[in-house]
Amino acid sequence: MILDFFSLALKNLKHRGIRSWLTLLGIFIGVTAVVSLISLGNGLQMAVASQLGVSANELITVQAGGLSAYGPPGSNVVDSLTQGDVDAIERLSSVENAVRRNIDSGRIEFNDNVIFRYVGSVPNNKEDRDLIYEQLNMEVLLGRFIKEGDSGKVVLGYNFYGKKEDWGGKSITPGKTISINDKNFQVIGITDKVGSMMMDNIVIMNENDMKDLYGFEDKADMIIVEPKNKEKLQKTKEDIEKLLRNRRGVKEGEEDFEVSTPEATLSTVNNIIGGVQIFIAIVAFISVFIGIIGIVNTMTTSVLERKKEIGIMKSVGAKNSHIFFQFFIESSLLGLVGGIVGAIFGTLIGFLGTVGMNNFLGTELTISINFLLIFFTLLGSFLIGGIAGIIPAMQAAKQNPVEALKG
Amino acid sequence: MRKEDEKVVIELKGVCKYYRMGDNIVRAVDGASLKINEGDFVAIMGPSGSGKSTMMNLIGSLDVPTKGKIFLDGEDISTFSESDLAQLRGKKIGFIFQSFNLINNLTAKENVMIPMIFQGHDLEDRNFRANKLMQLVQLTDRMHHSPGELSGGQQQRVAIARSLANSPEVILADEPTGNLDTKTGATVMDFLEDLNKKGKTIIMVTHDPDLAKAHADTVYWLKDGKIEKITKKKNGWDKGPRGVLIKPKEKK
Ligand SMILES: Nc1ncnc2c1ncn2[C@@H]1O[C@H](COP(=O)(O)OP(=O)(O)O)[C@@H](O)[C@H]1O
Ligand SMILES: [Mg+2]
Repeated sequence: MILDFFSLALKNLKHRGIRSWLTLLGIFIGVTAVVSLISLGNGLQMAVASQLGVSANELITVQAGGLSAYGPPGSNVVDSLTQGDVDAIERLSSVENAVRRNIDSGRIEFNDNVIFRYVGSVPNNKEDRDLIYEQLNMEVLLGRFIKEGDSGKVVLGYNFYGKKEDWGGKSITPGKTISINDKNFQVIGITDKVGSMMMDNIVIMNENDMKDLYGFEDKADMIIVEPKNKEKLQKTKEDIEKLLRNRRGVKEGEEDFEVSTPEATLSTVNNIIGGVQIFIAIVAFISVFIGIIGIVNTMTTSVLERKKEIGIMKSVGAKNSHIFFQFFIESSLLGLVGGIVGAIFGTLIGFLGTVGMNNFLGTELTISINFLLIFFTLLGSFLIGGIAGIIPAMQAAKQNPVEALKG
Repeated sequence: MRKEDEKVVIELKGVCKYYRMGDNIVRAVDGASLKINEGDFVAIMGPSGSGKSTMMNLIGSLDVPTKGKIFLDGEDISTFSESDLAQLRGKKIGFIFQSFNLINNLTAKENVMIPMIFQGHDLEDRNFRANKLMQLVQLTDRMHHSPGELSGGQQQRVAIARSLANSPEVILADEPTGNLDTKTGATVMDFLEDLNKKGKTIIMVTHDPDLAKAHADTVYWLKDGKIEKITKKKNGWDKGPRGVLIKPKEKK
């Protein structure tokens, strides 16, 4: 019999006017928000993480100023870190190795096209260099990485090779020569795609070349620290902070530098995403609330409009419970319809968002439809419709048959 | 032909239905007692507002009396719960209304199937029976149309088919031809007449004395909620109220 009520409810839904469907906007927006958020969530996390250069290694990064998602790390800092800081950090008992890195922007010329890109150094010493490669988490696609004694040679991020259009349609491959700040360098390698704007567009060269090119002496834009004990990342971090506070003469809480561990950076990412998620959850919650009011309103209206139908049903033998279920199920289905449309739109937004991230951020997120998520949101919207329908359905059920027949 | 000891399907004992209208009490039905036998064709007549519809609703258990008792098949329905009444009404009573009262969102056939849903018949049964009933009222070719696409006469025939859905013992028809012209009204009456011949008890409210005389075998005359007079065809219709003599019409 319940099935019969479903088919009756479907027939009634087919005859509903535009006004009924408009009241579903709340449920629709709520479900769209939830579905798109969750299907984008993972991608969003990966995208933000890769933009911030977070990788899964256990190295500590020290920078003057704050952690910035924009601009090269350590740039625009008045009181920069120095080689002296690097040496002092390395002397800490909890530190295995500390390596200085420099990053600056360079004017790159190739095939008569000029583009500005970040240039980063790698140390001359093999042990230090391996640490940087670990930190960068990059692989070579073509050619090889910078080696000891390499002079006038550079390794380029994937986009120098992959985005021909930047260079007048000509791909840069190992063996070619490019000019950086009017000085010629030979390309010896191209790194594999990472999915981060920063890393895929970087120029890597030996630190001696970098010093010559930019003419700096002592400055360290970034210090990469390998702790002695990887389990004691936090302790090592505190040691470094204490040391730098002393060296730079700043009080605790007023640091003009930042020591970040992978966890700390990941938690920054999660904070950003968490904020977005809370915002969308609030939007979803409010719209579902509005959606419930909308459905209650439509159902109450339709109980009034269909008073006569209720009377007819009762005159041919419908019990109060039959009338209740008919309206209850109709309301549930109304919620479900809002949920279906919302799930379709949410999936679509998730899809477009992923494509967008892949295009603009260079990520390679795969698009997948989360059937479990869709199942639960549909179930949820069905239940929400049902809850909204309880009171109107009770009103319908308790109609006096004779009065109802008068319409 | 009929004997007095035939099975009584409906009995009213001192039935009253009062409505409160502000300070006044409207006595819509005021102490009605009657017995209707199985297979009877009864007409209820009386001026507008005399309580005919209220009495029909009471007989059909759509409404409950303020006072008095109603027996359906010998059972006192005042002891029934609301949902038992609905079940009873769906099974034993078929309603036909002046304004057809079909559900517009459904097709003619679906309208006929509705009462069967509430008695728990499965789809196959419902289909089979609805097809047969649509055939009976000669609307097989229109059964997938919505009521709005049918003429008044056709709609009332759908309503007749619907009233028969659960093979009730009693058909209650409240001015079934009131919204129809004489000719279509006559067709509808032919169907009711036919059903009566097949043994259904029919109770019909009408304004039209000719209609009553042509089809009913007993007429209850209502005035101000009271049964003022009962006239029977077998007694040559006696005298109607206000001294109007009602002659029996030949049944075909
Ligand atoms: N729900 C109600 N509330 C108040 N008075 C009513 C109600 N229903 C019917 N009445 C009154 O009861 C009387 C009988 O009504 P009804 O049975 O509809 O008469 P009929 O069908 O003979 O025209 C009328 O005076 C009518 O106004
Ligand atoms: Mg009436």
